[in-house]
Amino acid sequence: MLEIKNLHARSEDTEILKGINLRVQTGEVHAIMGPNGSGKSTLAHVLAGREDYEVTAGEILFNGKDLLELSIEERAAEGLFMAYQYPVEIPGVSNKYFLKAAINSIRKHHGQPLIKTSEFLELLKANLAKLGMDKSMMERSVNEGFSGGEKKRNEILQMAMLRPRLAVLDETDSGLDIDALKIVAEGVNALRSPDRGMIVVTHYQRLLDYIVPDFVHVLAGGKIVRSGDRTLAHELEAQGYAFLETEPASV
Amino acid sequence: MIVTELTPFAEQFERLSQDPAHFPDWVQSLRQSGRDRFHQVGFPTTKWEDWRFTPVTAIAQGRFGSGPENSATSEITEWVAQASLADMACRLVFVNGRLQPGLSQLDSLPAGLTVGGLADDLEADGEIATGVLGRQANIEHSPFTALNAALFRDGAAIRLADGVEIEAPLHLIFVTSGGGDAVCSQARNVVRIGRESRLKLVETHVGAPGEAYLTNSVTEIELGEAAQLDHHKLQSDSIAGYHIATTYVSQAASSRYRNHYFAFGGALSRNEIHCYHAGEQVETVLHGLYLVSGSQLADCRTRIDHAMPNCVSHEVYKGILDDRARGVFNGKILVYPDAQKTDAKQSNQALLLSDDAVIDTKPELEIYADDVRCTHGATVGELDPKGLFYLRSRGIPESLARKMLIFAFANDVVQGLRVESLKRHLESVLLADHGLPSV
Repeated sequence: MLEIKNLHARSEDTEILKGINLRVQTGEVHAIMGPNGSGKSTLAHVLAGREDYEVTAGEILFNGKDLLELSIEERAAEGLFMAYQYPVEIPGVSNKYFLKAAINSIRKHHGQPLIKTSEFLELLKANLAKLGMDKSMMERSVNEGFSGGEKKRNEILQMAMLRPRLAVLDETDSGLDIDALKIVAEGVNALRSPDRGMIVVTHYQRLLDYIVPDFVHVLAGGKIVRSGDRTLAHELEAQGYAFLETEPASV
Repeated sequence: MIVTELTPFAEQFERLSQDPAHFPDWVQSLRQSGRDRFHQVGFPTTKWEDWRFTPVTAIAQGRFGSGPENSATSEITEWVAQASLADMACRLVFVNGRLQPGLSQLDSLPAGLTVGGLADDLEADGEIATGVLGRQANIEHSPFTALNAALFRDGAAIRLADGVEIEAPLHLIFVTSGGGDAVCSQARNVVRIGRESRLKLVETHVGAPGEAYLTNSVTEIELGEAAQLDHHKLQSDSIAGYHIATTYVSQAASSRYRNHYFAFGGALSRNEIHCYHAGEQVETVLHGLYLVSGSQLADCRTRIDHAMPNCVSHEVYKGILDDRARGVFNGKILVYPDAQKTDAKQSNQALLLSDDAVIDTKPELEIYADDVRCTHGATVGELDPKGLFYLRSRGIPESLARKMLIFAFANDVVQGLRVESLKRHLESVLLADHGLPSV
């Protein structure tokens, strides 16, 4: 469903991604690990369409479409979802309005009828319960005054409501204590499905104890330097990222 | 000084002086000083520092008369009905600056509250106005304050006794309409809130749509010890009208004054608020929102005199400017040498929706005490790119995402209100102009 070929991207004058190649099939969960500054978050943002990064070479195919040709909202409507490391606060817009606007914008994109209010509320209620979120949070402004854990849960709630085809989780574990991490991971696991792909970007192996990936890739210096199965994450946990400097890359 | 500028005002002044029966001598003498002062200085020009960005040439050339005596036309009745809000304790309606008892609603006033027209109060023994009228509103402060002193005929006279808390707000509606003639409304309001009393006040300004009239009102407010006043002002004047208003507030110890100003109308509007702290532990909250487009100009000025120690002021003004609209914000905070432990925060945020919209923002902090906390910030800009990206990354088209952020920016000020009917009214205004479609 996703094929990234020789992707190069830069921010202003700094080249951050230097030739990324990655294939994600439906049903697969890929973890992307790497030290700080390796380009993990940049990759997530380039996929979502952030305009601060300029793609200088390479291509990204998403379900056969040229992703780089699509606007930010078209990417989302086509089924790409990024869970933010730092969800944005939007004072003055209620969470409920925001979610409904997102669902219906995507439906409109596909020429589908708008969601019925009763159906929306039922779906919302069920998902709030799964994530242990109080319904009063839906009347509050988007992410405003939410704790770190509440913001991350709110991201997973959006994902559950929008049911994307490909979810990119950017450092979803950062700033979470172990209890919050478990709840978030359960929410993510509930969304694992044979027709959905996932990319989990993380610095630490800890998250991968709860969201067990099919593949692990190590990103360093803007390139994937190693790929393997989940045992690679344990290896990294044991040795740290330092081994990257001593062992030759074997992709 | 161009003599012809004064002529229509001079005529009104002559008429008022020939009819002295209504007003006591001390009022006539205030009137005379106002007239003399205005005659001496004339209208301000953009060469004056305080008027640099606000040219009043059109007002100076406007030849505004005092308007018809009896103004309860069916149109005015309709505008009053539109401006009315639910759940008010009472309603005072003024047309061209004069009380209209027939349009007002003063039945079953809560105990302790005295409400009426200033002219009636002065004609009796000036029980409410004496000692307050003209005390804070120094005629030398502005030519418009002097002009109001010279020409006011009526306004609201409000007094709340000591130890009374009233939940339902008092509504003042000011309508200006000359029925085709250029007219001016020079309302003068006096508000006294007794010790440990609480009142909510809503002030609405409307007028004949498309008419180029002048509103020049002056309000003097005195808060007793531990008194609280929530003062809301909704300026929805004619798009061709001129709105000048100055509010002076004197706050005794432990009192709290909150002002919420919403400016939508007027070709030119200038709203000044002056708060003076006369005791310790005083709190002042000033919130404002102006939405202007076309060639409108909205000038918002505040001045807080932190004259005493241990007082707090909190100020947030927001503006949304479209087309060629101009905004002016000037926030002066004066911390006196003795006013230690002052905590003053000020922020002005403006959203420019067009390349031709302009905002001139100037915080003025003069601090003469050393143990204080004063912060100010001004942001002028476009919509938050991070917020825009976030919304779009959830599939929301850019046009709707922009609308959401504009609405959110303004709605933030409205949500802080404690008067439900006013909140709903303002939401409907925001929804009509910058609103969110149903999704």
